[in-house]
Amino acid sequence: MRRPITIIFVLAIALVACQPQSAGTESGSAHQADTGGSAAGDFGPPQGDPIQAVLTSAPVVPPPVDRDYPAKVIVDLEVRELDMEISEGVTYTFWTFGGTVPGSFIRIRQGDTVEFHLKNHPDSKMPHNIDLHAVTGPGGGASSSFTAPGHETVFSFKALNQGLFVYHCATAPVGMHVANGMYGLILVEPPQGLPPVDKEYYIMQSEFYTVGKYREKGHQPFDMQKAIDENATYVLFNGSEGALVGENAIKANVGDTVRLFVGNGGPNLVSSFHVIGEIFDKVFQEGGSRYQENVQTTLVPAGGSAMTEFRVEVPGTFIIVDHSIFRAFNKGALGMLKVDGDDNLSVYSGKEVDNVYLGDKVAADQLSAVSDVTLADITGTATKEQRISAGRVLYNGTCSVCHQQNGEGLEGVFPPLANSDYLMADTRRAIEIVLNGLVGPVTINGSSFNSVMPPMSQLNDDEIANILTFTLNNWGNEGDEVRSGEVAEVRAATERPQGAAN
Amino acid sequence: MRSFVQLFVVVSLSAGFANYSFANEFVHIPGGEFRSVIPEGEGDNLIAVASFFMQEASVTNAEFLRFVLHRPEWQRGRAVSLFVDEQYLSKWASPIFLGPRSGLQQPVTQVSWFAADAYCEWQNARLPSFYEWEYVAAANESTADARALPEWQQEILSWYSQTGGDRLSDVRNRSANFYNIFDAHGLVWEWVDDFNAFLVTGDNREQGGADQLQFCGAGAITMEEKENYAVLMRVAMLSSLEARYTTRNLGFRCARRDEVRK
Repeated sequence: MRRPITIIFVLAIALVACQPQSAGTESGSAHQADTGGSAAGDFGPPQGDPIQAVLTSAPVVPPPVDRDYPAKVIVDLEVRELDMEISEGVTYTFWTFGGTVPGSFIRIRQGDTVEFHLKNHPDSKMPHNIDLHAVTGPGGGASSSFTAPGHETVFSFKALNQGLFVYHCATAPVGMHVANGMYGLILVEPPQGLPPVDKEYYIMQSEFYTVGKYREKGHQPFDMQKAIDENATYVLFNGSEGALVGENAIKANVGDTVRLFVGNGGPNLVSSFHVIGEIFDKVFQEGGSRYQENVQTTLVPAGGSAMTEFRVEVPGTFIIVDHSIFRAFNKGALGMLKVDGDDNLSVYSGKEVDNVYLGDKVAADQLSAVSDVTLADITGTATKEQRISAGRVLYNGTCSVCHQQNGEGLEGVFPPLANSDYLMADTRRAIEIVLNGLVGPVTINGSSFNSVMPPMSQLNDDEIANILTFTLNNWGNEGDEVRSGEVAEVRAATERPQGAAN
Repeated sequence: MRSFVQLFVVVSLSAGFANYSFANEFVHIPGGEFRSVIPEGEGDNLIAVASFFMQEASVTNAEFLRFVLHRPEWQRGRAVSLFVDEQYLSKWASPIFLGPRSGLQQPVTQVSWFAADAYCEWQNARLPSFYEWEYVAAANESTADARALPEWQQEILSWYSQTGGDRLSDVRNRSANFYNIFDAHGLVWEWVDDFNAFLVTGDNREQGGADQLQFCGAGAITMEEKENYAVLMRVAMLSSLEARYTTRNLGFRCARRDEVRK
């Protein structure tokens, strides 16, 4: 067994050696001096008083270590099983390291000895443990940290390799523990620390598998079959659809250098991590020690990481996505970086087009109109006015990309809704079109259109009722109120095209 | 001190304790063969279970209170710390009074394996074995082995999708299963006699055996079928325990040998 491994290793070295001064290292040396790996990572026994690790919740990152000796660092991490919001009006039982998804960010220095205290809250139903990819040793700490509810375990390890590492729960069934939110990042700084930057943030992607479909309201249990099929209901940054948008967006100022510590908890999907409108000046691929320059999109493996750095030159909202793009617009993998400062028209002249980029993602601060009417709909007290204001928010998120915010569509491409004879003639037909889509020629206000509208059946009955009530009563249109019961009726009576949500 | 104890007993009685029925029938479970998720040895996992008796419901707070009144050495504060951890019966208001947070009909939790074992012995019984439990818990309301049914799996997984902090419901709140056993799933975890048979030594270097369950991916070797996940969760839970441990979601019920029909 030893021989093939050795050969591959030798080959790898040969390949690296053949490349003429590729990326360049921090030192800029022609021969990329390696870091020495774990063999060079032991700086002797811990010195000084033990240090209590500062743990932070995403997107916040603990301050740099700023220390020139190996220390004993105490990490206290508590596992909690909590009901939290995964999307507007949707809750999920998360299993967490430190009460958040992703788990607390841990920051230490290479050579530090970590005394790890894993506590499992008495209310927990499940035993849990932790496998830190920063540990060298069988199981990564998993068997030494196997902890029953209401108990605590302690184990120690020396962080021999520098880098950005994922940690996760490894209790059987592992997939389910990870799928429920049990992962986070631990940064092992090189001895000299990382070069200073203006802003540092912690972003972790992961996906969730629920019995109900995307954005179906209420409490959603875990769906084992979907997890096995790798058919994610949600793909998210930082554990919730709202975690990085609206007022929760991460922030920077023009001229700042931003460093993102990006992790991917999985359990199944790899991420095509991308920031719309930015180019990563540096990417430390897979959280390792070398960087690539001038990168548009970087792959973050499940159970892996990446560090990206970039300078922001112009103000505005930069959208963070998994560029496996349906995940961004239909499963929630979307965040925002808001950059303040003066325009720099020589670099970028354009105006912002948030609405287009946002797709069906609605700014968090506008969502109260939607949740108000959702509640009212359940209790049967939703008014036409409530539906119109909720419908406006939903329309701007979902429909305005094609039909335009002013409802006039685009000549010859997207039909108008404002003063549309076709729309106003038949409300039931309008419901059918939203649910089932429309393919082929139609004549609207004397102009003909021959195009495709995809089915929007991923919207629930209530949402469709609100959008249509808004559409039928805006831009000079005067029409009916559509109730969710009518949508439900049409949904039951008609068939969705293949591939559409039910 | 003694008068205090008597006072508490009186209070307990006046809280409906005296009228409470302690009947927790031992139901006859016919023997049979089934495929366990845990192979007994190498290869075949077909397990023969001899007929036995099992209590129809988890032991309740009321039943356990009666036990500690008869066996004061198992009262909180008196029980030897080798046999119980610090959380033992800590939800009860006092060593012999349940108080508002613990209902008479709720399953008793925060009991150690030693305490559960002592209770069953007091009942002239014993804790069920893991295979006995798994055999009985494979049933739904109408069939003896419902493990391949998606509804059976989802029901169990849904229980895991609820946080454990809420008030436990009473025993027998749902219908009994095929064997007339209540709450085999969905109420609390339960001790089994051989709970630590899954745990080898806790030594990382010993990569064989059930210690693998604690490692990433290793569980997949024997647990390839998804219907096993539900049972696997229980194995994982049991293997995290030591015999003196107690948790808020862990109770027990007793079993007896079937001597007559053997």
